[in-house]
Amino acid sequence: MSITFSNNIEALIFISLFLTIVPWAEKIFEYNGSAIVAMVGKNCFAIASDRRLGVQLQTVATDFQRIYKIHDKLYIGLAGLATDAQTLHQRLVFRHNLYQLREERNMKPETFASLVSAVLYEKRFGPYFCQPVIAGLGEKDEPFICTMDSIGAKELAKDFVVGGTASESLYGACESMYKPNMEPEELFETISQALLASVDRDCLSGWGGHVIVVTPTEVTERKLKGRMD
Amino acid sequence: MGDSQYSFSLTTFSPSGKLVQIEHALMAVGSGQTSLGIKAANGVVIATEKKLPSILVDETSVRKIQLLTEDIGVVYSGMGPDSRVLVRKSRKQAQQYFRLYKEKIPVTQLVRETATVMQEFTQSGGVRPFGVSLLVAGYDDVDGPQLYQVDPSGSYFSWKASAMGKNVSNAKTFLEKRYTDDMELEDAIHTAILTLKEGYLNSSFLLINVRFDESLFEHNR
Repeated sequence: MSITFSNNIEALIFISLFLTIVPWAEKIFEYNGSAIVAMVGKNCFAIASDRRLGVQLQTVATDFQRIYKIHDKLYIGLAGLATDAQTLHQRLVFRHNLYQLREERNMKPETFASLVSAVLYEKRFGPYFCQPVIAGLGEKDEPFICTMDSIGAKELAKDFVVGGTASESLYGACESMYKPNMEPEELFETISQALLASVDRDCLSGWGGHVIVVTPTEVTERKLKGRMD
Repeated sequence: MGDSQYSFSLTTFSPSGKLVQIEHALMAVGSGQTSLGIKAANGVVIATEKKLPSILVDETSVRKIQLLTEDIGVVYSGMGPDSRVLVRKSRKQAQQYFRLYKEKIPVTQLVRETATVMQEFTQSGGVRPFGVSLLVAGYDDVDGPQLYQVDPSGSYFSWKASAMGKNVSNAKTFLEKRYTDDMELEDAIHTAILTLKEGYLNSSFLLINVRFDESLFEHNR
């Protein structure tokens, strides 16, 4: 189905009408609720998310996965609309599988970030309503984190990146709790505290957390309990 | 063209299992000017003879060795105009890879894409196979210095040293004698010149391109 307008006023009327009938259309990123954060430590990184899946204020599931594994040292968290997050993840796995077969190697985090950016921008005028958070270890085990908006504008950071409906409170928590060069244990504690503190200030995310800490030699995955309401 | 009825259709196998047009394309390569490549421990060299039809030709306008990316060079034997089509398509492929991944294309991947194009021209309607073989020399972080030969059929091989065009067998025999695994770039350049001189004592111009880690030198001799 395609809709055409003869002039701008007609288009404006259509949009305002659409927003009146479908109240969530203007805040589709907040439809399901999410909180994702990634942090860099000393030769390691951590990525964490909440576990809630809601439909606006109603909670539907409390064991939802928003962090996806691409390979042993590369993870992506997809904040935003859950249905788009799942589809986007499928497309990224598809692209990475083909890359692995073609080049007989895993993608570097930087390369993967560029791929995600390109995949998102392909849908510039009808985007996936997702904000990706990418975290990985590079070839020499140097940590890499980045985030981008729903049309693939990358934002690189040396310390931490956040995403989702709780991103504002996550910024605050991370700003005050983060220190450079943390060891994996301390990094786990910091990212967990930052996540749990933040989701308590957000109605749409929460119900515990899911934390993954990746070092060159091992991956630690933990489920957190928080305020389970 | 009295060979047989199979000489004309590009995609009809002859009873002996050959595609005759591809054989002809290989003949065009075999009668082209000699090119060769040598992979050394710290780089890779490709060279070709630059024999001009007349002394009146401005030799600076003849470029038989070209860059596909800043780290990958190519030389051809066979039909010059055909090679330019491949160079144009390969360069585009390399830039598409870079646009997608923001990373330099590995030599293997570019060679595979080029070979795919050459294969497509053996099976598509309204086209003929390319009358060239390519030697692709390059350097990347994945596998270091590399040398590939791509043929009109679309098959490709990785070589330590290879030659093509007129005098292949002589050149290859010569390379087999001179090649060592621990060869340094300077030795390889020397061997390349010697091999070309072996076949053509009377040719006065050689075009040699050398890839040495990150910098490119070009010599006209």
